[in-house]
Amino acid sequence: MSKLLEIENLQTQFYTSAGTVKAVDGVTYDVEGGETVAVVGESGCGKSVTALSIMQLIPWPPGKIIGGEIRFDGQNLLELSEDDMRNVRGRDIAMVFQEPMTSLNPVLSIGLQLMETMQQHMDISDEDARKRAAELLQKCGISEPERRLDQYPHHLSGGMRQRVMIALSLSCNPKLIVADEPTTALDVTIQAQILELMKSLTKEMGVALIVITHNLGVVARYADRVNVMYAGKIIETGTAEQIYHNPRHPYTLGLLASVPRLDQERGTKLIPIEGQPPDLSRLDDGCSFRPRCRFAQDRCAQSFPELTNIEPGHEARCFRSNEIQDLREVS
Amino acid sequence: MSATSAAVSHDLDSAENLVEVRNLKKYFPVTEGVFIPRVVANVKAVNGVSFNIKKGETLGLVGESGCGKTTIGRCILQLEKSTAGEIFYDGVDLNTLDQKELVPYRQKIQVIFQDPYSSLNPRMKIGDILGEPMRVHNIIADPNKRVERIRELLAVCGLNPRFIDRYPHEMSGGQRQRVGIARALCMNPDFIICDEAVSALDVSIQAQVINLLEDLREEFGLTYLFIAHDLSVVRHLSNRVAVMYLGNMVELADSDEIFNNPMHPYTKALLDAIPIPDPVVEANREHRIVKGEIPSPMNPPSGCVFHPRCDVAIDNCSNEVPEFIEVKPGHWVACPVVS
Ligand SMILES: Nc1ncnc2c1ncn2[C@@H]1O[C@H](COP(=O)(O)OP(=O)(O)OP(=O)(O)O)[C@@H](O)[C@H]1O
Ligand SMILES: Nc1ncnc2c1ncn2[C@@H]1O[C@H](COP(=O)(O)OP(=O)(O)OP(=O)(O)O)[C@@H](O)[C@H]1O
Ligand SMILES: [Mg+2]
Ligand SMILES: [Mg+2]
Repeated sequence: MSKLLEIENLQTQFYTSAGTVKAVDGVTYDVEGGETVAVVGESGCGKSVTALSIMQLIPWPPGKIIGGEIRFDGQNLLELSEDDMRNVRGRDIAMVFQEPMTSLNPVLSIGLQLMETMQQHMDISDEDARKRAAELLQKCGISEPERRLDQYPHHLSGGMRQRVMIALSLSCNPKLIVADEPTTALDVTIQAQILELMKSLTKEMGVALIVITHNLGVVARYADRVNVMYAGKIIETGTAEQIYHNPRHPYTLGLLASVPRLDQERGTKLIPIEGQPPDLSRLDDGCSFRPRCRFAQDRCAQSFPELTNIEPGHEARCFRSNEIQDLREVS
Repeated sequence: MSATSAAVSHDLDSAENLVEVRNLKKYFPVTEGVFIPRVVANVKAVNGVSFNIKKGETLGLVGESGCGKTTIGRCILQLEKSTAGEIFYDGVDLNTLDQKELVPYRQKIQVIFQDPYSSLNPRMKIGDILGEPMRVHNIIADPNKRVERIRELLAVCGLNPRFIDRYPHEMSGGQRQRVGIARALCMNPDFIICDEAVSALDVSIQAQVINLLEDLREEFGLTYLFIAHDLSVVRHLSNRVAVMYLGNMVELADSDEIFNNPMHPYTKALLDAIPIPDPVVEANREHRIVKGEIPSPMNPPSGCVFHPRCDVAIDNCSNEVPEFIEVKPGHWVACPVVS
């Protein structure tokens, strides 16, 4: 497989009254065609800002991409004009947001929204666009698609709106979909429906998917590869199996130990990560996880560790990544 | 750890009921017309629910959005007037008491809400948020002793006592949730309703608060009604779990029993929908995705309210409302097809 998207040393900052927020601070990862890549991490660690940076939807002021490259199909998106970028957005790369109500237009019928998006990017007649819109809704598990085309977003339930969003994102045959917490606002049974749908559609249509979530379960089921973010940086990356079965960063270890699991014996004590995530406007040169880390040493205050290789495709940003599994046994 | 929870459940067998809810109904009228509003329909938020909670027990209450979990909590708290049914607390039916008679119960029964931000008054310092209810209910009359108690409670909840001078917006979500817990504790309650108390928190902070709730339960001998939609969290904390769907209770059993041996088709669907954070387990697990959307409680399906989404439904399910039956000791199910 070829690289579809390559993000290299991306830096995005917000200039606020409280200081400069380093929301994304040197993020590097790539996505291959047809692959599902997950980005996980705590609230405020920079997941959404990374996604918005790819789409170049960072609001200025106060935010700005100040460094790095985002290559899509070999082309650096950061060098494109706003017009060219508008063509990429929606056509080549589509985005699905957490709250569908904010990204659907409340005064336009579902059909018109789908048709408008298609006609913006494709040469397609009204009749064909309407037909294709109905097909897409059908594909996304919406019954009576013809009737739905004339309905408005407020006529639909949360789960149905999210299906419409997915239909919209698929409407121009994109190569990549960026889904920011696509199911967080939904009920569990509906969440499972939507995730299965996204998985089968991306498989069937060969679309690559970046899925942003804080739900480790979702990641385990649906992702090929996982990027764990902490305070604006990717601190561990690997296949889902590497991350879950052989975590090498103390933060990843902590995340996994802090969720109760249905397949574990009841009463297993949870091991929380003590303390709070850091303030992104007050970071020093050392490792940003150090204040909460059980294994921190003096050198962790001196410099931020680089990503070190553990296995092919598996990297972690920790000086002690090679001994961490043994340290965990001891403590 | 599992040894202690076994000991607790043994003690619970002989414990008395602290809360007994009998056939509780809460309907919200839907009105039409501006000048002469008339009731055109009812939202049957809670439609005949019965359960009990023993002293020292944690009962988990799960179900999807809008199934009536919060409404049950609000009826017990007497923030909502029940349409029908009884709510016994220590043998007294709260639904028959007047405001004055309810005063002592408003102290004994406390609640921790989901949204730590909107449930704390933004213009009050933490010290006042905790101190005011103690003063009003005359828990500690002496102001100096009150401050002392507040500092103690903040520490119990893992907060620095100097937070007493802070405002809610100066704290993180996890810290605010701890203030919510401290506020419940300062009334010396026996019974706490946790309504999605950890749902809004990040997993790492969530674990801190779950552990805190567990420790406090042991230390103060508290009884919890733990409302949440995250089944893994509910199972972790609860002795027994009740599952609701669209205003009805569909299953109730011991925590381990309900997770190892779920019987109601909805409970099974709910359990299947929870992904397990392990790619190997997930790859080998069968996912049966429940079809369809959650119906409106204003116009619930006839018979068994789950029948349109159920894959074992038979003809009769759309006609007859299923009875809640004890199929084996302590395991209750409302489904004639499986029981
Ligand atoms: N418009 C903005 N102005 C100032 N700071 C911002 C802005 N948008 C985001 N930030 C900051 O950037 C950081 C990263 O935010 P981001 O939204 O990417 O977090 P996230 O990982 O998506 O979190 P969540 O899980 O809560 O969605 C945060 O510290 C946030 O406060
Ligand atoms: N004051 C009210 N007036 C009218 N309808 C109400 C009122 N309060 C609740 N409802 C309705 O009653 C039903 C049950 O609501 P409730 O808040 O108890 O659900 P819940 O199980 O707590 O859901 P969630 O998981 O979303 O918190 C819903 O359909 C809701 O819209
Ligand atoms: Mg976000
Ligand atoms: Mg609720």
